[in-house]
Amino acid sequence: MQPKQIEVKAALEASSAQAQEAARQRALLRTSGVIAALVAIVAIVDVFSHGHFLTETNLTNVLRQISDNAILAVGQTFVIITAGIDLSVGSLIQLTGVVMATFANAMPFDGIPLVAATLLVGLVVGCFAGFVNAVPVVRLNLPPFITTLAMMLMARGLAFKLSNGQPVPLNSSAFDTIGTGFFFKVPIAVLWMAVIVVVFAFLLTRTRFGRYVFAIGGNEEAARLAGINVHFVKTMVYVISGGCAAVAGLLLMARFSSGSPQTGIGDELHSIAAVVVGGTSLMGGRGSVIATFLGALLIGLLNNAMDLLNIESYTQDIVLGAVILIAVVIDELRKRYLRA
Amino acid sequence: MRGIAKSFPGVRALAGVSFDVRAGEVHALVGENGAGKSTLMKILAGAQRADEGVIEIDGKPVEIDGPRAAEAAGIGMIYQEFNLVPDLGVVENIVLGHEPERRGVLDRAAAARDATAVLTELGITLPLDRPARRLSVAEQQMVEICKALIRKARLIVMDEPTAALTDRETDALFALVHKLRAQNVAFVYISHRLEELPRIADRITVLRDGMAVATKLTGELTQEELIRLMVGRELEAHFPPLPAVAGDAAPLLAVKALCSGRVQDVTFSVRAGEIVGLAGLVGAGRTEIVRAIAGADVPDGGEVEVAGQRVVVRGPESAIAAGIALITEDRKAQGLVLGMSVRENTTLAHLDCFSPRGVIDLRAERAIAAQEIAQLNIRTPNSEQIVRNLSGGNQQKVVLAKWLIGDAKIYLFDEPTRGIDVGAKVEIYNLMLALLARGAAIVMVSSELPEVLGMSHRILVVREGRIRAEFAQADATPDRVIAVATGVAA
Repeated sequence: MQPKQIEVKAALEASSAQAQEAARQRALLRTSGVIAALVAIVAIVDVFSHGHFLTETNLTNVLRQISDNAILAVGQTFVIITAGIDLSVGSLIQLTGVVMATFANAMPFDGIPLVAATLLVGLVVGCFAGFVNAVPVVRLNLPPFITTLAMMLMARGLAFKLSNGQPVPLNSSAFDTIGTGFFFKVPIAVLWMAVIVVVFAFLLTRTRFGRYVFAIGGNEEAARLAGINVHFVKTMVYVISGGCAAVAGLLLMARFSSGSPQTGIGDELHSIAAVVVGGTSLMGGRGSVIATFLGALLIGLLNNAMDLLNIESYTQDIVLGAVILIAVVIDELRKRYLRA
Repeated sequence: MRGIAKSFPGVRALAGVSFDVRAGEVHALVGENGAGKSTLMKILAGAQRADEGVIEIDGKPVEIDGPRAAEAAGIGMIYQEFNLVPDLGVVENIVLGHEPERRGVLDRAAAARDATAVLTELGITLPLDRPARRLSVAEQQMVEICKALIRKARLIVMDEPTAALTDRETDALFALVHKLRAQNVAFVYISHRLEELPRIADRITVLRDGMAVATKLTGELTQEELIRLMVGRELEAHFPPLPAVAGDAAPLLAVKALCSGRVQDVTFSVRAGEIVGLAGLVGAGRTEIVRAIAGADVPDGGEVEVAGQRVVVRGPESAIAAGIALITEDRKAQGLVLGMSVRENTTLAHLDCFSPRGVIDLRAERAIAAQEIAQLNIRTPNSEQIVRNLSGGNQQKVVLAKWLIGDAKIYLFDEPTRGIDVGAKVEIYNLMLALLARGAAIVMVSSELPEVLGMSHRILVVREGRIRAEFAQADATPDRVIAVATGVAA
C-alpha cells in the first residue's frame, strides 16, 4: 500500500514546525522533574561532602555503578509501557551469569571471540526466558506479574542448582577489559550502557515497533483493530527485557571476574524503581528510555552521596524508599496540574 | 419526577420530563434508542444528576445525589447488565452491603435467614450457596429483585428485563411482578418489546427526543399508535441528498451466510457508491455483523467477498489488507489511543507507509496528519494535540482520518455520529458522500432511525441476529422499520 501523494506546502511546513515545538516542550516537561531533582542533589551534596562529590573519579564511579541497573531498566521500560511488568530480570542476571561463566570456562578459545560467543549464549538464555514469560501473557491473557514471578523463582533456582550455590570464577582474563577497563577515561561498562540507551531510545521513539509499543499500552483493543500484530509486539518487549538482563549479567560477571548465583538478587525491584522515578506510568502508554536512564542516575547519585556522607546502609534504604514515593507523588500532582 | 432536564456536552438528553409512578403500579417507559429512557432512570437511581427538576417521593422533594441516597429513598434499580458479584453465593449477593453482623463479625445464619425470608415471601426457590456466575439469567434477575426488596425498595426500576429471558421465564417474571404489585410495590418497566406491554403495564409513557410525548393507560393505546408516538416526527432536513447508485455497479462487498456469535446466516451485498443501513434495536446484532466482516471478531462461518475476491478474515490485519475499514461504535474504547497525539492516531493503521525499513519518517507523518486535519476540518491547535483533549466530534474525525489515509474500498460505520453535535454530524455525512464519489461502498449501523432512513440507499432491519426485512430508501418509513425491529411485523 502506498501513502497518498504528500504535498508539503508552506502552510504545512509552518504547522509542522509548530507541532515539532509542541512535541519538544512535552518531552521536556516530562523529564524536567527528574532533571531538577538531579541538579538539587548535586548542589546540596557537593556542599556537604566538601567537594568530594563533584570530582571526575567519583562521577565516573557513579556511572559505572549504575550501568547494569540502567540497562536492566531500559528493558523494563518497554515492558512497563505495554502496561506489563517483568519481575524475572534480577534472577536472569543470576542465571545468565552462571551459565556464561560456565560456558566461557569450557571453551577452548580466548580473547574477543570468547567474549562474543559468551555474550551470544547469555542473550539466547535471556531472550528465551523472556519469550517464555510472554507466551502465557499473550496467548492466555495471564497477568505478567504472575508469569514473570514464576520465571523469577525458576531462573533463580536453576542458577543455584547449576553452580551448586558457589560463584563460578572466570578462567579467562578476556573479560577484564569490560569489567574494569577504560576507553579515554570512560569505563567500558559505561560505554555499553550508553550504546544500549541510545539504541533503545531510538527504537522506542523513532521506529514503527516503538510506536506500536506505546499504542498497545495506551489502548490494546484500538491497536488490535488498527491491524497491529499485538501478539508479536508484546512478545518482543519481554524478549528485549530478557536480553537486557543478559547484557547486565555479562557486565556484572566481568566486573567480579566470576558468574555468581548471588549477583542480581532483588535487582528487578531496582530496575522498576528507576523506571518509575523516571516518570513512566505503570498504567502503560507513557514512558521514555532517556527518562529511565535519568531515573537510574538519580538513584545512583543518591546512593553515592549517602556513601560520601557516611550514612549507613539501613538508613540509605529508608531514604531511597522515601525518594521513590515522593517522586511518583510529585509526578502525579504535576500531571494533574498540567491537565487542569 | 417533574421537569427533569439533563444535558451532555453537545446533546440535550432530557428536556424537562415529568413522570410519576403510583404505589402498586407498573408504569412502562418506552421510546426509541436515545430517547432518554436510560438517562431518566439513571437520574432516579442516583447514577447521574439532573441539571434541572425535582424528584418527589410521597409528595416530598428528595435530593438523590448518589446510589446510597436512592436506596434510602426506597428506589431499587435493576440494570440490563446485572450488578452481581460473580463469585459470591446467592445469599451473599442478596445481603451485599447490608450484611448482618454480631459484634463486628458476619452473622452468616442471620444472612441466610434474611435471604430465605425474602425468597419465601416471593414463593421462589434458588440454590442459596451457588455462586452468581453459575446461575441462569432468570435466576440472576430473581437475585437482583431480592436485593432490591431486602433494601426495602418501594419502587423497582427494571431495564429491559425480558431481553434475555425465554417465554416461560418471562411468564414467571410477570407473575412475580404482579404479586409484588399487589403488595403495593411500584415498578418502572423499560422495554422495547411492545407486544408484552398489555400483559404487564398499567400505564405507558412514551419518551421521544428527551421529552415525554404521552402518558396513557395501557388499554387506551394500540400498538400502531404506540409506534407512531415513538417515531412521530418528520425526517429532519439536514441529510444531504444521496446520489443514485450506477445501475450497472457490481457488488463491491458480498457477505454470504455469515455467522458470528448471535449473528446467524446473514447475507447481503453492497455496490460501489452505495450506502446500506443496518437498522434495529440495541443488541439486535448489527454491531456483531460489521465486526465479523472487519475481523474484529473472527466469524464462525460464512464468506466475505471484496470485488468478487474471497477474503479469509482471520483478524483485523487481513480485513484491512483487503481494503475493509471499520469505524467502531465506541471511539474511546476501540477507535483511539487517547493518550496519543492526533498525528500518532491518524497514522496508526498505516504506519508502514511512513516507515520504510521500520524507521518512521516523522516529516512525512506530520505532513499527512496536517493534510488530514485540514481536509476533515479537525479543530485542534496542531497535530501534536493529545486526542483526549478534543471534543467528541473532532475525536470521531480523527478516527475517520485514520481510515481515510489507507484508501480502503469498504467502510463499515458503526454509530458514526453518536454523541456528537449536529454540525459535526453534517460534516460526517458529507464525508460519506465524498467516499461514495471515490467509488467506496458503505455499511452504516445507526440507532438513530432518521439517520438510517436519511443516509441509506437500502435499509436492512436486523432483529435477534438475523436480517428480517429489506427496504429501499423510498419504501422505508419509520413505522415499517420499527415494526420489524420490535417484532410486531415479520
